[in-house]
Amino acid sequence: MIEITEGPIDHHGLIDRVRSNQAGAVCSFLGTVREMTEGRRTDSLEYQTYREMALKKMTELETEARRRWPLLDVVLVHRIGRLELGEICVVVAVSSPHRDQAFESCRWLIDTLKQVVPIWKKENWADGNEQWIHPGINTGQ
Amino acid sequence: MEIRIRLFAIARERAKASSITIELASGARVADLRLELARSVPELAPLIPGSFLAVDEEYADDSVLIQEDSEIALIPPVSGGLGLGQAEREVPGLKDEKRGRLGDD
Repeated sequence: MIEITEGPIDHHGLIDRVRSNQAGAVCSFLGTVREMTEGRRTDSLEYQTYREMALKKMTELETEARRRWPLLDVVLVHRIGRLELGEICVVVAVSSPHRDQAFESCRWLIDTLKQVVPIWKKENWADGNEQWIHPGINTGQ
Repeated sequence: MEIRIRLFAIARERAKASSITIELASGARVADLRLELARSVPELAPLIPGSFLAVDEEYADDSVLIQEDSEIALIPPVSGGLGLGQAEREVPGLKDEKRGRLGDD
């Protein structure tokens, strides 16, 4: 299941969704909004996406993960828009016969998602500045 | 030919628009688009070397040919990104479909 949503993510429901009698393992990752980054305080985050391409890339990630590991089910859900401290911005959930496959694939999915899926993050710093986060590009403030 | 380029994140903010249209000669490639985009929208010029271009929802290297009906987007690096170098190693197929600029900086 691949989804980009503007509302809060029901992670319990998503994790339940991947469970099955064939699975010996379910592994999930939640990305959440962190308050402190290198000594600087975040007030909120804003995520923006190129939705069509992001959904396409997420689908490719699921396909590649299923090729690499014997996964029974895969969930990739990302939230966009404004998020407050502690809220969930992304969920990865996988199920597989054995735990190694679940751990490895979950780690690979979140790492690769954050590298190739066009979803951007803006920091609304508590000091009033706003900053888009683009590694390799100086966006100031 | 008239080409519309979708903009996101810092690029959208700098250009104060979610898309812009530029004129390109037919037969133009992504490299030509980078040059023309930087020339016609100077606010975007500093972002272009470090950003990717997507053509029809795929990362596109400088040699990719642009068609009049291509969907083009300027893709600044994503927040968790290390550049596409690592992603290329991770996802077969990505390697061939584009060559990121970030890894070259």
